[in-house]
Amino acid sequence: MFKWLHPLAKPETVYHLCGKLYPWLMFAAIALLALGNIWGLAFTPPDYQQGDSYRIIHIHVPSAIMSMGTYSAMAIAAFVALVWQVKVAQWSVLAIAPIGAVYTAIALITGMAWGKPMWGTWWVWDARLTSELILLFLYLGVIALSGAFSDRQTGAKAASLLAIVGVINLPIIHFSVEWWNTLHQGASITKFAKPSIDPSMLWPLLISILAFKVLMLALTCLRLRTAILVNEQHRPWVKALAGER
Amino acid sequence: MVMRQFLQRELRLLARQKADWLNPLLFFVIVLSLFPLGVGPEPNLLRLMAPGIVWIAALLSVLLAAERLFKDDYRNGVVEQLVATRQPLLSYVLAKILANWLSTGLPLVILSPVVALLLNVNQASFVAMILTLLLGTPLLSLLSVMGAALTVSADKGGILLALLILPLYIPLLIFASAAVEAASMVMPYHGQLAIMLAMLLFALALIPMAVISALKLNVS
Repeated sequence: MFKWLHPLAKPETVYHLCGKLYPWLMFAAIALLALGNIWGLAFTPPDYQQGDSYRIIHIHVPSAIMSMGTYSAMAIAAFVALVWQVKVAQWSVLAIAPIGAVYTAIALITGMAWGKPMWGTWWVWDARLTSELILLFLYLGVIALSGAFSDRQTGAKAASLLAIVGVINLPIIHFSVEWWNTLHQGASITKFAKPSIDPSMLWPLLISILAFKVLMLALTCLRLRTAILVNEQHRPWVKALAGER
Repeated sequence: MVMRQFLQRELRLLARQKADWLNPLLFFVIVLSLFPLGVGPEPNLLRLMAPGIVWIAALLSVLLAAERLFKDDYRNGVVEQLVATRQPLLSYVLAKILANWLSTGLPLVILSPVVALLLNVNQASFVAMILTLLLGTPLLSLLSVMGAALTVSADKGGILLALLILPLYIPLLIFASAAVEAASMVMPYHGQLAIMLAMLLFALALIPMAVISALKLNVS
């Protein structure tokens, strides 16, 4: 199994792999995003209770799911970086962190925009909202810590360690709607039970979730390529690459 | 054995540098005395807000003490020598955590009766407050030692430390104030205490490892 993983520890291979993957991923992300969001925002029937304002879930739910998904991706990269001392994994932690922070911010802002007409308030201090806010702080902490050292590699390692410690927050966010009796509604889509959302609304939502996932992968490829170039700028292969142009 | 020597060393250092642990305590008392001035001296209001106030003041004062935890040891090369000896760093880290709790957490617990008097806390929530502080302050020490170890060689540690640790403090803050609030309404609060104990044990098992690797990567 590790035979095909092993070349990925070499920055040059990852650089070219990301370069190959990026156009496809970006194309798929834009197509899915257009399909899911236009379908969801314009062509689904209005909700019987919430009217048209429920449509924001087509942005809110995917970004909220991916705020946690991105964090776990970052934590796995951090784990690989610290345990096997893979440099590419270290850089990918720093490449992923801002993407996750933006997803978290989108989830919070769209949630607030939805909360104003539905709950009558922009913000309530309930468990899920608070833990999502903590997630944003964790992302910002990882980003800030990586930039705080004069040695770039020490910063990357410290940020990886913090990312792993912060994983403890993920189950808290995920189960917060079940553990605490809060204003935020429970999950509408689960793997096991029949979803409590009509198929006409479910399909565009699922497409949007997939779109946000692919978009995250595409952006990670782009940022990781840049990070590899910056960190390997004195290596011959990068110089050769720069000389070609 | 080794840990006892490390602990003695830490305590001796603390006894010689009194500002390191007295300033956070003073800060705790000052923050507490600012709240009645800020929100008004209404006794009922203060009684309602007391658990939150005490916990926030405790978080901030522990944070204040955390910044200098490893700084001196790092500057004069103790950390580097300890890493270089290839002895397990565990006893050093545990001694550091214990000394930190003895110098910042425990005084807060001892001070809390005075605080309770100042803020008109009733008997039931007073007991809950002491219990939550007893369970919570060791966890605060663990987390702040980890934050200090992560940022020991960082250029601008102070504000960064707050950004790193305060999010991790929040779950503790939620359960601690929930316990005191339940106690003030004469409801059982064993559940919250049990969760706090669980968090403490979990952190005690894992955080020393994180501290050790943080120290190592700051030295290399």
